Amino acid sequence: MTAEQVKSPAIRVQGLEKSYKTLRVLRGVDFDVARGSIFALLGSNGAGKTTVVKILSTLLKADAGTARVNGFDVAAQAADVRESISLTGQFAAVDEILTGRENLVLVARLRHLKEPGRIADDLLRRFSLADAGARRVATYSGGMRRRLDIAMSLIGDPPIVFLDEPTTGLDPQARIEAWQAVRELAAQGTTVLLTTQYLDEAEQLADRIAILHEGRIIVNGTLTELKQLLPPAKVEYVEKQPTLEDVFLTLVGADGGVAAPAITTTSAPTSKEQR
Amino acid sequence: MTRHFFGDTTVLLGRSLRHITRSVDTIITTAITPIAMLLLFVYVFGGAINTGSVSYVNYLLPGILLITVASGIAYTAFRLFQDMQSGIFERFQSMPIARSSVLWAHVLTSLVANLISLVVVVLAALLMGFRSGAGVAAWLAVAGILILFTLALTWLAVIAGLSAKTVDGASAFSYPLIFLPFISSAFVPTATMPGPVRWFAENQPVTSIVNAIRHLYTQQPVGGDIWTALAWCVGILVVAYVLATGTYRRKIA
Repeated sequence: MTAEQVKSPAIRVQGLEKSYKTLRVLRGVDFDVARGSIFALLGSNGAGKTTVVKILSTLLKADAGTARVNGFDVAAQAADVRESISLTGQFAAVDEILTGRENLVLVARLRHLKEPGRIADDLLRRFSLADAGARRVATYSGGMRRRLDIAMSLIGDPPIVFLDEPTTGLDPQARIEAWQAVRELAAQGTTVLLTTQYLDEAEQLADRIAILHEGRIIVNGTLTELKQLLPPAKVEYVEKQPTLEDVFLTLVGADGGVAAPAITTTSAPTSKEQR
Repeated sequence: MTRHFFGDTTVLLGRSLRHITRSVDTIITTAITPIAMLLLFVYVFGGAINTGSVSYVNYLLPGILLITVASGIAYTAFRLFQDMQSGIFERFQSMPIARSSVLWAHVLTSLVANLISLVVVVLAALLMGFRSGAGVAAWLAVAGILILFTLALTWLAVIAGLSAKTVDGASAFSYPLIFLPFISSAFVPTATMPGPVRWFAENQPVTSIVNAIRHLYTQQPVGGDIWTALAWCVGILVVAYVLATGTYRRKIA
């Protein structure tokens, strides 16, 4: 890695535009992602999050604007970009007919690594899939599948990982498992760009959050900065009711540890959102 | 084409061959319809068809082999379509691999799967009395023609698999190809057909391919048929390859 790359942000997006026929999905998107951080791109369905990820992972060409990933231009240096990234989530699948271990070995071989079998066994252990490693992925639960998916992203230690809606369609327990896997990734110094439509997911995981709305980034900042955009918070004391999620996770015996805060900060004058 | 082309293609070929060995039913169903046709034509219709000195099963086999390939490549299109739909395709495309490897793995898998089906059909024909006194060279020539024909149809299947919108669309393109041998010299000699039909039958690719294969293993002079057959196979192969790689480039652009 050159000195230039170390200084530059992991991802730099400037003036990105993309249209599908007459539909203008991206209308000038700008953002930077610092090395080693978790960056969440938040937006409702159809906001263009997946389009951004597809452009950054060289699957799609932008109409205008530039994007650099790990210092490489996604259009002109696509091969270098592909060496620097891995892609996981909504539309990057695992192979259902192969076993979990075979999926990992496949990716290790395609990344031209030595000892693909050992790499696969290590990852199966780390992601608690060792017992399921010899089973076909078609028999996996949603959570196991997503853990395998994230494990596949780690192979070859790419410095930048794209996670497109990593928890969409997962049950609460699987969701917490996926979050733990993402935290583990970031703990190793990997830069993570995550797209999500769940506000709590961004809140739980991200160092910085950008909101993509109608093809533009309308806000970009840390959670604290974003909260300061609204009128000063006032503190209300509300009786702590367990959420349905708490009840569910307690009953099924998960130890995810995302306890709801006893004191809820809210800027709204009424607390009608409190359960 | 990058330095990893052969290595990556081998790895991906291993993957799709595993898919085949884990769904052996696709090879069996590919072989079953042609075998049923062999039975039907040899034991029901064949007695009423005059093919001169050649026994009917010997006469019929080349056409049945072409039908086997035509129905086999429907699975090639299907497997490619599945990969595109499931998203595994996009995972591969975002990885540092030779991008054309993804297509070549499917093409080579198609070749292997179809060759297995062809062997199964030939074995069935042997049980039904097919015999040939042809030597190794003639059989190698037959194998060569069948491989070329399979590759040509496989690249057509790649176009269908890449551009289909639905699963049905991905495999439906093979129906006309399966039907084509019926209007050729594959089942009956063309001499009894009325004018325009006969003209079509004698000038479409299947007739020359069928005649070349039949003449090779019945040890008759192949004449010009083999060159016409090769020209058709290579012609279709080149056109389909160019169109398929063009479609692929548009898809991954």
